[in-house]
Amino acid sequence: MTNPVTISARGVVKAFGQGPGAVRALDDVSLDIRKGEFFTLLGPSGCGKTTLLRLIAGFEMPSGGTILLDGADITDLPPNKRPVNTVFQSYALFPHLTVAENVAFGLQMLGKPAGEVRATTERMLALVKLEALASRKTAQLSGGQQQRVALARALAPQPKVLLLDEPLSALDLKLRKEMQVELKRLQHETGITFVFVTHDQEEALTMSDRIAVMNAGKIQQVGTAKEVYTQPKNRFVASFIGETNFLTGTARAGALELPTGDTIPVEGLKPVDGGKPVTVTVRPEQVRIGKPGVEGAKAKVAALVYFGTDTHCHLHLRDGTEVVVRLQSPASGDSGLAEGDEVSLGFAPGAAQVVED
Amino acid sequence: MPSQAEARAITASARNGWLLSTPALVILSLAAVGPLLIVVIYSFLTPGQHGNVVWEFSTDGWTGILWSKDIFTDEWMLADAHLTIFWRSVSLSLMTTLFAFVVGFPTAWFIATRPPKERALWLFLITIPFWTNLLIRTYAINEVLRKEGLMNTVLMGLGLTDAPIDVLYTQTAIFIGMTYVYLPLMVLPLFAAIDRFDMKLLEAAYDLYASRWQVLRRIILPIVKPGIIAGSILVFVPSLGAYVTPRVLGGGKQMMIGNFIELQFLQGKNWPLGAALSMLLLLIVMAALLVYVRYANRGSSHG
Amino acid sequence: MAKSGADRGFQVARVPGFAITAIVVFVALYLPIFTLVAYSFNASTSLAVWGGFSLDWYARAWDNDQVKDATLRSLIIASFAAVISTTVATMAALGTTRRRDFKGQTFIYVMINQPLMVPEIVTAVALMIVFGLVKVWLTSIGMGGLTTGLGYLILAHAAFCIPFAYLPIRARLEGMDLTLETAAADLYATPWQTFRRVTLPLLAPGIIAGAMLAFVISLDDVVITEFVKSGGQDTLPTYMLGQMRRQLTPEINAVSTMLLGLTVVLLTAFFLLTRKKT
Repeated sequence: MTNPVTISARGVVKAFGQGPGAVRALDDVSLDIRKGEFFTLLGPSGCGKTTLLRLIAGFEMPSGGTILLDGADITDLPPNKRPVNTVFQSYALFPHLTVAENVAFGLQMLGKPAGEVRATTERMLALVKLEALASRKTAQLSGGQQQRVALARALAPQPKVLLLDEPLSALDLKLRKEMQVELKRLQHETGITFVFVTHDQEEALTMSDRIAVMNAGKIQQVGTAKEVYTQPKNRFVASFIGETNFLTGTARAGALELPTGDTIPVEGLKPVDGGKPVTVTVRPEQVRIGKPGVEGAKAKVAALVYFGTDTHCHLHLRDGTEVVVRLQSPASGDSGLAEGDEVSLGFAPGAAQVVED
Repeated sequence: MPSQAEARAITASARNGWLLSTPALVILSLAAVGPLLIVVIYSFLTPGQHGNVVWEFSTDGWTGILWSKDIFTDEWMLADAHLTIFWRSVSLSLMTTLFAFVVGFPTAWFIATRPPKERALWLFLITIPFWTNLLIRTYAINEVLRKEGLMNTVLMGLGLTDAPIDVLYTQTAIFIGMTYVYLPLMVLPLFAAIDRFDMKLLEAAYDLYASRWQVLRRIILPIVKPGIIAGSILVFVPSLGAYVTPRVLGGGKQMMIGNFIELQFLQGKNWPLGAALSMLLLLIVMAALLVYVRYANRGSSHG
Repeated sequence: MAKSGADRGFQVARVPGFAITAIVVFVALYLPIFTLVAYSFNASTSLAVWGGFSLDWYARAWDNDQVKDATLRSLIIASFAAVISTTVATMAALGTTRRRDFKGQTFIYVMINQPLMVPEIVTAVALMIVFGLVKVWLTSIGMGGLTTGLGYLILAHAAFCIPFAYLPIRARLEGMDLTLETAAADLYATPWQTFRRVTLPLLAPGIIAGAMLAFVISLDDVVITEFVKSGGQDTLPTYMLGQMRRQLTPEINAVSTMLLGLTVVLLTAFFLLTRKKT
C-alpha cells in the first residue's frame, strides 16, 4: 500500500536576508512525499509553505539541507532542469499565446516532435474540457477557464510531481468547490503526485491524502486528514484545523483534574512525573453535557447560538474558563437548554487528546 | 436624450474648451502648422536665380528629389548624389535604431529589475542626458572620437592600436553620435513595457523547461514588442531628420537628408527642391508615427 | 558579498550579459560629458593634454563679448518663450482636460503636439520661408523697422515649447481632486474665485514644472534658431555650433559646462516638483 518516496526534503533551511536581520522562512524542514499522493502543505500565510514549494520547483535555493527527487539530489538544479511543474497562484499564462500554445509550450521546450506535441496538447485540453477554446487568447477566458489552462499546461509535460501554489484562491466559492472535485479527478486520472499549498484547512481536509501542517517555518505535524484532526500533536495544529477547546489541569489516572477541583474522566490518561499541568484538547462536537451531578465538571450555560444544523452552547466552568459545545439541533430547533442552566461536562470516549504547547 | 439645460451646459463646456485653447492654437498656426502649408506651396514653385522662388507653378522640385537636370542638355538624369544621401540617411538611421535596441534593451531590463527604491535613480540617470543639450552631447562625442581624444588615448594605451584611428567625419562617427544622443528615446519606452511585464511568466517559462535564450526569444521579446516598436520609431524618426549630429560629426562631407535640405536653402541653390525634400521627410515621419499609433493601440488591447 | 541562499539561487529575471551591458551603457552615457566638463578646467590650451586645474577658460568665456551677448540673448528668448508658452499651455490644458469630450478636441491635441512630431529641420525651413515673406511684406509697406528684433525667435520658440509646457500641466490637472472645486463652489465661491483660490494654487507645481521644461527646451534649441535668426542674433547654442567649424579651444567646454549646469539644476528641480508624494 505504501508507495515509494518521490520528494524528500532533508534538513532544509531557507533564510532571507543576512546577519541578525535575517528571517528564517524554513527552519530545518524534513519531509517525505510519496509517489502518487495528494500531499498538502497547510498553514497560515508566512508559515513557509510557499517557500518550500518554490524550493521544490527550483525558483529558490535552500540556505542549507538537500532536496531529493526519486533519490537523486536536485538541490542545485535550475527549474528548467527539474521534471516538476507548477500551477501558479496567478496562473501566469502567457498572454501572447493561445490556449493550445500555452499547453504545448513545455513540450516544445523539451524538444518533442511536432506530432507528439499536437497529440498531447489535444489530450490535455480534452482532460480539462477546453477543446473548444484551443485557439483563444488567454485574456479572453474566465478565471475558472484560465485555471484549467494552467493545469493542462503544467500536466502536459508529464511531470513527476505537480506543484500547486494556492491555485484556487482567486476563484469564488462555488467555482472553488467545483475545481476541488476536478483536481481530485485529474490527480486520479493522471496518477501524478500533487503537492498542494493552501491556507484553507477545509480545502486541505477534503482533498488530501496526507497533510503537513506548517507554522513559523517548521513542520508541526504530518498525517492524514483524520490524523491531524483527531490526534493533533500540538496546540497550534489543534487550533489551526477546525475549532477546539483547550483545558489545562493535572493528569490523574484516567481523569483530568481541573484547577476548580472538578475532574473529568479521560480514557487512558496517566499521571505525569512531577505533576506538571497538561493541556487537553477536545472538539466542540465531542463534548458531552449531562444533568448536574453526573460525573464531570460543573458548568453553567453562558450563551446559546443557533446555527441551523447546530447549536453552539457556550459553557463557563466555575473558574470562568469557557468551553464551547456543538450540539446537533433537534427538529424543533430547541436544544432544551437555557442560559443560566447548571450542567455537568464530560468528553466523548477517546475524544480528548493531550497536546504539547 | 439630454435635457435642454444639459444640452446648454454641454455646448458651453465645448465653447469654453475652444476659447481656452485659442491662444495656443494661434501661436501654433503662426509658427508651426501654418508655415508647413507654405512649404507645400513652395515645393510646387520655380527656383529663383539666387535662391528664393519665382511664383510659377512647377513640379521640378519634386522631380528633383530623384532626378537632376543636365546643365547642357536639360535632360533629366537619375541623381546618384541624391540617392547616396538618401541611402546614407536611411541606412544610418536603421543602424542607429538597431544598435540602440541591442544596447538599450539590456539597459531597460536592468533598470526595470532593480529594487523599486533604486529604480527612480537609474531612470533619472537615463533621463538627464535626454533633456540636456543635443549639441553639447554631440560635441562631447566629437571630443571622444578626435584623433587625440579619449577613444584613441584608451585604445593606444591598451596597445590595441599603434596609430590613432581617424573616425571623426566618417559615417561611423555619425552612427556612434546618433546612437549616443538618441539612446534614451529607446530605453524609456522599453522600460515602460518591461515594467508592465509580469515576472511570474519567467518562472512559468523556466518551470516548463525553457532555456535562458528561449525565455528571451519566446516570452520576453514577444510580450514587450509594443515597447520595442515605440522605441524604434522614437529613435528612427529623429535620426532620419537629424541635422546637428551629421553636421558636427560628419564634418560637412557626410550629408544626411537634414543637411541636404539646409544646402538647398542656405546655400541658395534650390528652394523648391528643399521644400519638396522637407515634405518628403515629413511624410515618412508621419507614416512611421501612424504605424506607432496603430501598434500602441493594439499593444494596450491585449494586456 | 557573502554567499547566501538568495545569491546561490537561480534568478529568473537575470539574463546573462544584460547587467554588464547596462553598466557599460551608463558609463558610455556619462563618460563623454564628464570628459567635456573636465577639460573645461584644463590649464593647457590644447584639448589633448591635461595641463592642470585652471579656471582660465571660464574667465576667457566671460571676457568674450560674443559669449556674453549670446548668453543674454538665450536667456531673454528662453524667458519670454517659457512665459508665453506656459501661459497659453495652461489655458489649453484647462480647456481640454476634465470636461466632457467635445468636437474638435482631437484636432486641438494634434495641433498642440505637432512640434513633437515634425522634424526640426522641416519646421526650421518653414519658419525661414514664412518669416522671410513677412519681412519682405513689412518692408514693402514701409515698416522695415520691424524686420529685425527678437520677436521672430521668441514666437518660434514659444510655439515649439507649447507641448513641453502642456504635458506636465495636463498631468497635474488630471491628478487633481474635482471635489475640491465643487466644495469651493458649495462654499459660495464664484467660478473665478474658485479658479483663483483653489484651482490655480493646486495647479502651481504643474505650471512651474511646465515653465521650467519649456525654458530648458528653448535654451537648448539649435536648428530652428539657426534658420530663423537674423545676422548677429546668435544664441549660445548657435554660437557654439559656429565655433565648432573653427579651431576648438576649451573655451567651448567652459560654455558647455555652464549650460549643462543650468540644465541639470532646472531638471532636478523639475523632477522634485513632479515627483509623486509618498
